[in-house]
Amino acid sequence: MVIENLRIPSGCSISGIMNKKGRVFSGNDIIQSIALMHERSNGLGGGFAAYGIYPEYRNYYAFHLFYSDKNAKEETEHFLHQHFDVVLGEKIPTRKVKSIKNPPLIWRYFLKPDSKRILMSDIHGENDYVFSCVMKINTCIKGAYVFSSGKNMGAFKGVGYPEDIGDFYRLDEYKGYIWTAHGRFPTNTPGWWGGAHPFTLLDWSVVHNGEISSYDTNRRFLEMYGYKCALQTDTEVIIYTFDYLVRKQGFPLEIAVRIAAPPFWSEIERMPEKGADLLRTLRYVYSSLLINGPFSIILGMSSGILALNDRIKLRPLTAATHADFLYVASEESAIRVICPNPDHVWAPKGGEPVMGFLENTP
Amino acid sequence: MALSLKMPEFLIKRQADTCSKCLLCVKQCANKVHYYDEKKDSVLSVDTNCVGCHRCAAVCPTRSIYILRYPLEFRRNAYWTEEAITSIYKQAESGGILLAGMGSDRDYPIYWDKMLINASQVTNPSIDPLREPMELKTFLGRRPKTVVVEEKEIKGEIPPKLELEVPIMFAAMSFGAISLNAVKSLAKAAEKEGTYFNTGEGGLHRDLYRYGNNTIVQVASGRFGVHPEYLNAGAAVEIKIGQGAKPGIGGHLPGEKVGEEVSKTRMIPLGSDAISPAPHHDIYSIEDLRQLIFSLKEAMDYKKPVGVKIAAVHNIAAIASGIARAGADFIVIDGFRGGTGAAPKRTRDNVGIPIELALAAVDSRLRDESIRNEVSLVVSGGIRNSADVVKAIALGADAVYIGTAALIALGCHMCQKCYTGKCNWGIATQDPQLTKRLDPEMGAERAANLIRAWKHEIKDMLGGMGINAVESLRGNRLMLRGIGLTDRELKILGIKAAGE
Repeated sequence: MVIENLRIPSGCSISGIMNKKGRVFSGNDIIQSIALMHERSNGLGGGFAAYGIYPEYRNYYAFHLFYSDKNAKEETEHFLHQHFDVVLGEKIPTRKVKSIKNPPLIWRYFLKPDSKRILMSDIHGENDYVFSCVMKINTCIKGAYVFSSGKNMGAFKGVGYPEDIGDFYRLDEYKGYIWTAHGRFPTNTPGWWGGAHPFTLLDWSVVHNGEISSYDTNRRFLEMYGYKCALQTDTEVIIYTFDYLVRKQGFPLEIAVRIAAPPFWSEIERMPEKGADLLRTLRYVYSSLLINGPFSIILGMSSGILALNDRIKLRPLTAATHADFLYVASEESAIRVICPNPDHVWAPKGGEPVMGFLENTP
Repeated sequence: MALSLKMPEFLIKRQADTCSKCLLCVKQCANKVHYYDEKKDSVLSVDTNCVGCHRCAAVCPTRSIYILRYPLEFRRNAYWTEEAITSIYKQAESGGILLAGMGSDRDYPIYWDKMLINASQVTNPSIDPLREPMELKTFLGRRPKTVVVEEKEIKGEIPPKLELEVPIMFAAMSFGAISLNAVKSLAKAAEKEGTYFNTGEGGLHRDLYRYGNNTIVQVASGRFGVHPEYLNAGAAVEIKIGQGAKPGIGGHLPGEKVGEEVSKTRMIPLGSDAISPAPHHDIYSIEDLRQLIFSLKEAMDYKKPVGVKIAAVHNIAAIASGIARAGADFIVIDGFRGGTGAAPKRTRDNVGIPIELALAAVDSRLRDESIRNEVSLVVSGGIRNSADVVKAIALGADAVYIGTAALIALGCHMCQKCYTGKCNWGIATQDPQLTKRLDPEMGAERAANLIRAWKHEIKDMLGGMGINAVESLRGNRLMLRGIGLTDRELKILGIKAAGE
């Protein structure tokens, strides 16, 4: 055995940066941060989510799509024209990077939902309409996959090391006020472009390090409410869980967190009755949405970010603040490489969320 | 008298050199197997009477009694088996229905044993329950579709629910079918372990009202012992439509078993037969069931959950869905291995379907209809060990009931003669000479031990899967793999094959 070649699997890496004032900055910082944790990924997946990157199209849904071939593209575009007013459809600009091989066709569209169609359907509101269109394309059109569908935000991902993916998508040329990134060490899904993180739905994006032991419990619950888990990966249930709790059930994020990573019963019993009763009821009613197993996640949305660990912190997560910036990452070094002297650095406890919200909506 | 063709099932062998002639076996056997022959000065046996309950062997101080299968070879015949032939002898002699106790003992597939449980390796750390919290707390009830939170408080009412420290309860077994000491043992054990026992259809004896917080009271077609105080004494009510051992037929407690206490508890005359009709005479349709559910809820001021128990039959998924929509807070499905004090043997052995398949079908159906979260699912009928419990929950159950396993913990030896009322272990009998053999304190200890032992095992298996709360196992079918199953069976169970 040659010791030099021995590889120790170390899971994935995640990183996130936000500017609370909504000031935009290029993708260089996040690429640098995630690149530092190169050893935590294995070149089979990397990706980024960025908010605030399409200010000129801020009122349109920005769909990013992977196509395996021209037929999938034609079929999808036909569907899009039927269901939306397509303001712009174009190839996402990329640059040649030696290590990035066999990319699919990568396109983006800026869309306005057809309001007549919404009125005629039994769907309430634009978001639900877009949600159902995304589910339809991803499950019904062979070879087409929507990997980003929010407004003024976008995901960029693929098979490769994250820093190479960032270079490939020319992220240095975009400016956003929130950036998240992921380096992947896949163990449970084949390394395909759609399987890389972040996963997104509407405004949500998630990067995730870990494995969800409760996957099938979560999935089978969510599928009762219109979600279709088509990606052969456990991460998508995280985003659907938050989408269901926040968008469909109308809970604030603090409550959604308490459902996804609730306190132990023994902790609840020690709390003052008023708070305990709330937590008891939430755990009872939404028990199928407890996300079990080791995880650290960064959830992105246009209003801010949420970083969260599983209840017993089986994955690393560090947070830091510096002036208007909030940083979260798998390792402290990934923060210090771009912010050498943060004001405050801490390791959040299991189940204890780190939340950062924009002070003014951009 | 004509020659009887009934032959013994067991052969008693006594070690003459070690037998001390203490005659304990003679005193202990209610079936009158053993007797003392003065002339020969030795203890002898009538093999034909032996039911194979092992009481004599267990009490024999010198271990001198051996109980063997009676060596009676029938000519080999794959079709006309020994069971087929001897059953005809019995019916030719009696002209009656064949009776049997406990669940079906036939060689049908056991799906529990064709499912394997997952564990974590490397990518997902397994969790050690001795070091980390491991939660088994389970609730049964109707979950609301949504919860409104204002100012950190819940707005509106959350329907009543049961809280279990462990997802295992003691199944419905009536006072009458089993002894008061047996019921007491289970009641005490339920209290100790933070779970529930079920009265069965025999009412609630006065001595048991103090265990009300751990009691589920049953309302069955005979309505024995049902009155407002009874309904309100328990923590929940269960309407019994059917049971796995005898779907579609009623029950019959012979008058000999209806002594003073049973008579009072059931509110029927002393010594009269207690007949439970096959259907409830006020339930001839699903809308009638809905009325009974809401009558009971009214009677309890909507403060306690109301469940419905049904036997696992062919169309179980649609029936369960109807029951959920009729307003039940929890549904109990009892599989064809479910035990009973007495059932017609042909019904017991041929009617109904395995609980594993029924559970999978019901859970899937309720999910297809998006109502699974609104009703709790309890399964019973042949849960033998903690692995069965884990598999049931992974298939989609919230909790399980154990009946047979609980009685075995109390000393039952599965002789299947419950209907004779001569249970030598003091369980399925009302004979005071026999019932006093079961000390409720000791029985409670043993039943509680069983629950605790299973609890440890469940925690170990959960931790192995990288799960630290039992609700994350519920319906988590990816944690199961099938072995030796057909594609069709895998599809019904909703699981992948081992290796996939």
